[in-house]
Amino acid sequence: MATKTEQVQAKGGKNRHRSLGLSDDQALRMYEVMRLARAVDERMWLINRQGRAPFVISCQGQEGAQVGVAAALKPGHDWVAPYYRDAGVVLWFGMTARDQMLSFFARREDPNSGGRQMPGHYGSRGLHIVTGGSPVATQLLHAAGVALASKQRKEDAVTATFFGEGAASQGDAHEAMNFAAIHKLAVLFVCENNGYAISVPQTRQMAIQDVAQRAAGYGFPGVVVDGNDVLACYEVAATAVARARRGEGPTLIEAKTYRMTPHSSDDDDKRYRQAEEVALWRTKDPIQAYIRYLREAGVLRDEVEQAITERVTQQVDEATEYAEQAPDPSVDDLLKFVYKKDVSG
Amino acid sequence: MASVKMPQLGESITEGTIAKWLKKPGDQVKKYEALVEVITDKVNAEVPAPLAGVLKEIKVVEGATVTVGTEIAVIEESVPSSGAPATASPATPVAASAKSAESVAPATPSSAVPADGGSQEGRTRLSPAVRALVEQHRISDAELERISGSGIGGRISKKDVEEFVATRGEAARSDGATAATAQPPATPGQAIPLSPMRRAIATNMLKSKQTIPHAWTVAEVDMTQVVRYRQQAKASFKEREGIDLTYVPIIIKGVVEGLKAVPILNASWSDAGVVPHREINIGIAVSVDDGLIVPVIRGADRMSISGLAKATDDLARRARAGKLTLEDVQGATFTVNNPGTFGTILSYSIIAPPQAGILAMDAIVKRPVVVEGDAIAIRSMMNLCLSFDHRVLDGVSAATFLQGVRRWLEGFSEQVPLY
Amino acid sequence: MASKTIIEAIRGAMDEEMERDPSVFIIGEDVGIRGGVFLATDGLYKKYGEDRVIDSPLAESCIVGVAIGAAVNGMRPIAEIQFADFIAPAMNQIIEEAARFCYRTAGDFNLPMVIRAPWGGGVHGALYHSQSIEATFGHIPGLKVVIPSTPADARGLLKAAVRDPDPVLYLEHKRTYRLVRGEVPEGDGVVPIGKAEVKREGTDLSLIAYGLMLTHCLDVAAKLAKEGISAEVLDLRTIKPMDEAAVIATARKTGKVLVVHEDNRFAGIAAEVMAIIMENAFDALDAPVMRLTAPDVPAMPFNHTLEEAFMPNVEKILAKARELARL
Repeated sequence: MATKTEQVQAKGGKNRHRSLGLSDDQALRMYEVMRLARAVDERMWLINRQGRAPFVISCQGQEGAQVGVAAALKPGHDWVAPYYRDAGVVLWFGMTARDQMLSFFARREDPNSGGRQMPGHYGSRGLHIVTGGSPVATQLLHAAGVALASKQRKEDAVTATFFGEGAASQGDAHEAMNFAAIHKLAVLFVCENNGYAISVPQTRQMAIQDVAQRAAGYGFPGVVVDGNDVLACYEVAATAVARARRGEGPTLIEAKTYRMTPHSSDDDDKRYRQAEEVALWRTKDPIQAYIRYLREAGVLRDEVEQAITERVTQQVDEATEYAEQAPDPSVDDLLKFVYKKDVSG
Repeated sequence: MASVKMPQLGESITEGTIAKWLKKPGDQVKKYEALVEVITDKVNAEVPAPLAGVLKEIKVVEGATVTVGTEIAVIEESVPSSGAPATASPATPVAASAKSAESVAPATPSSAVPADGGSQEGRTRLSPAVRALVEQHRISDAELERISGSGIGGRISKKDVEEFVATRGEAARSDGATAATAQPPATPGQAIPLSPMRRAIATNMLKSKQTIPHAWTVAEVDMTQVVRYRQQAKASFKEREGIDLTYVPIIIKGVVEGLKAVPILNASWSDAGVVPHREINIGIAVSVDDGLIVPVIRGADRMSISGLAKATDDLARRARAGKLTLEDVQGATFTVNNPGTFGTILSYSIIAPPQAGILAMDAIVKRPVVVEGDAIAIRSMMNLCLSFDHRVLDGVSAATFLQGVRRWLEGFSEQVPLY
Repeated sequence: MASKTIIEAIRGAMDEEMERDPSVFIIGEDVGIRGGVFLATDGLYKKYGEDRVIDSPLAESCIVGVAIGAAVNGMRPIAEIQFADFIAPAMNQIIEEAARFCYRTAGDFNLPMVIRAPWGGGVHGALYHSQSIEATFGHIPGLKVVIPSTPADARGLLKAAVRDPDPVLYLEHKRTYRLVRGEVPEGDGVVPIGKAEVKREGTDLSLIAYGLMLTHCLDVAAKLAKEGISAEVLDLRTIKPMDEAAVIATARKTGKVLVVHEDNRFAGIAAEVMAIIMENAFDALDAPVMRLTAPDVPAMPFNHTLEEAFMPNVEKILAKARELARL
């Protein structure tokens, strides 16, 4: 079987989105979701630093990869098995700023877990977002299983699963890719390679340059893409999705990107990263890059930009207000849902 | 290895029967911890372990009778852990030290009957289920003591209590005419297994009849005065003392007076000669479930009627509860038996060696009697039947004794001090 | 009624459930053309095809993780772990994922899936083909753990497990596969999860067990009866959630309880059963609750003498039961 690890470079031009089949509205919608993901994240940090909420884990810097891939999927039809930074993915799949904030404040209404999990542990059966825990890479096998079920029922749904390059070291990542390859399952393995697993750099995680190289070992394509270029991410994802729907099997997409914040609100990244490195990557911020493209393309005019900013700000304000005042779970809730069907009572 | 020998549980005792092993081979035993229940004709006693260690071997099975000094078990001595003296006694409250000056004498084996708290652990430690049943069926302490535990170490099991309750229920239904006994149901033609106590009684009675030339004599006593007095006094006595004033202490008082007058009856036969006793210790025969036991009122000659009443009541109560100590059943110099309770009028009792006599008090019955002035009157009459060792004394002495007792009883009045 | 062995009952139950519900499928090592190393899936590959009887790679985490994903997406997988001893690589998926899906989503997700695993010793299986894992997994809230001991229960509990909305660890004692034969009822015959069963009535003492030990306890009860000791035998059937009411009832009835298992002693199922009794039936106890278990060594050795020494057997249970009866 011909397998390849492609390097996809962003091509210039004012009509890239149109050449990818994206309308202006679709391109702007991607932009707005990236902005919303960022704005919610920034608000969480502010509230955390005020001491009003205990924990934040960030998407900042990875919104391009997340939204670019998610935009190639059909929410409600396809499935995603995200990891804890994938605010951009779940917002594209139908979650809201309010949902994010309810989770952040661990309120009873938190749609992910009813206030049981830390922020970032997304899950919604209705939105086809597979619930995730904190151990990494387990979701890759779940994605393979979801895709197996689709295949068994002869449905064309695609399942995309997201993970960091650290999780790529886990045995489950290997087992999942191997299984998906054997059964030619419709899975997108999307590695958001942000260079660090907390403090451990990629060079201590693996001896190869690209995670995508591993795809060859399983017998399916591996693609490296600029994760800070949302349209490039969309492009490779769209190709992989089409391949998957044709029944030709999985693709491993490695989006090279960067985590602009520390690992979490409890981490101090100055202990392992140079300020210069962080500053350099800030200049590559996927949102800023996309703004430049959309302006050049004439899609993001001032009044559009202003309207988007207003909508995003309003959503974040409303979400914060609502969630902060939303009720906590009651103590009785502690004992509920250990089982769907409780036979012990 | 140290051997455990059948102890001599009381003077004149030559053998003992293993009633129940309270430990099994392999068990840890503490020094002074109850090891085995031994029955002699005198007592049912727990023998404490002579040293701490592990019970290695049981040499004499339950039910077997062996002579005093026979090895019955082997204990492997445990090496005392460093620092802790092997002979350390259980923690003793400070208050106890006040008595220490008097009690420094080492305990002799025969007096080493465990105190209440430490004894019969298996029986007194009741399982929650047994406790619940005891409460539910309102089983008294005395009843509980009568239940024979079938568990290891004589532990009373739930089943034991349930069986007890079932048989108790039957006894109650049968109009209370017969007391519930722990005897196994008798099957015609089949031997009822002998309880250790039954066996001990048999051996002792046989020995008595084979060695002691019994003689028997009876005196008739007019108890009218005593009956009248008792009728008057018993209510206030009960109120004051909390116990019933029965005829027994009054008669014992009379017996004591009779023995003082005829001291040769308060003596023992030996090949070297008749040995008179200084003290008058009166044994009182008490029937219990599976036989007869004879606790002793020591120093009865120094007691008032009230004191004798209390002593009698206490001993009888403890005898029925199985709580007599070895001391309680040792050292009688003369025995009083009370078959009259059961309506007998003439009883021929067998002497308990090495005593020289036993007096049976038969039933007090109203009879027409010719009294002074050849009148016929209704009097409360009682026969006192004396069995005596003809080696020790002759009929004259015996008759003198009986007359002494009779006179004392017939002369009874309010003037005789109760206290 | 038909007489079947346990392995036949298990195979039959899977066949019936696959016939009834097209979302039921099997995934595991050697389950396909080989029919499973114990022949539990014999014939099913031929009947249902490779899409529903899937030979997995030799990777236990994969088997369970894929089953979880399939269950998320509307299927009812039966995942087979070839030997319970090899379940460790899948523990992350079972404990951190499967057991927590429902709770961590406040009931939004649930996983209707079964993990079957042959367990237990007495088959010269040595350290890695003899282990007992019920206490390890019984400790995990969110999992259900069932252990059938008769063919009827094997069939009925497996059907219940397949239909249950939560992950069920279904443990099959491999020594009983062909050793235990019994009547299997006509009809559906589902046995509810979470219900123990008194397999023999008695009044003097209770034997509580499951798996091979249940079979042994029934033998012991028969022997005790000849000695005049009436032993009740309670088959736990479900380890988690345990039928506490049944445990309490038998303890209250007899006042004397011996719990038997071939798993290690420390923090074993017996310890839990004993704790339930102490908390709920202390006042009815006529003796300390006893247990007879394997010793706390990693697993049973290959050598026959050592294996015998490790396993509780009829003689050992009999001796312990007599001791309890005498107390």
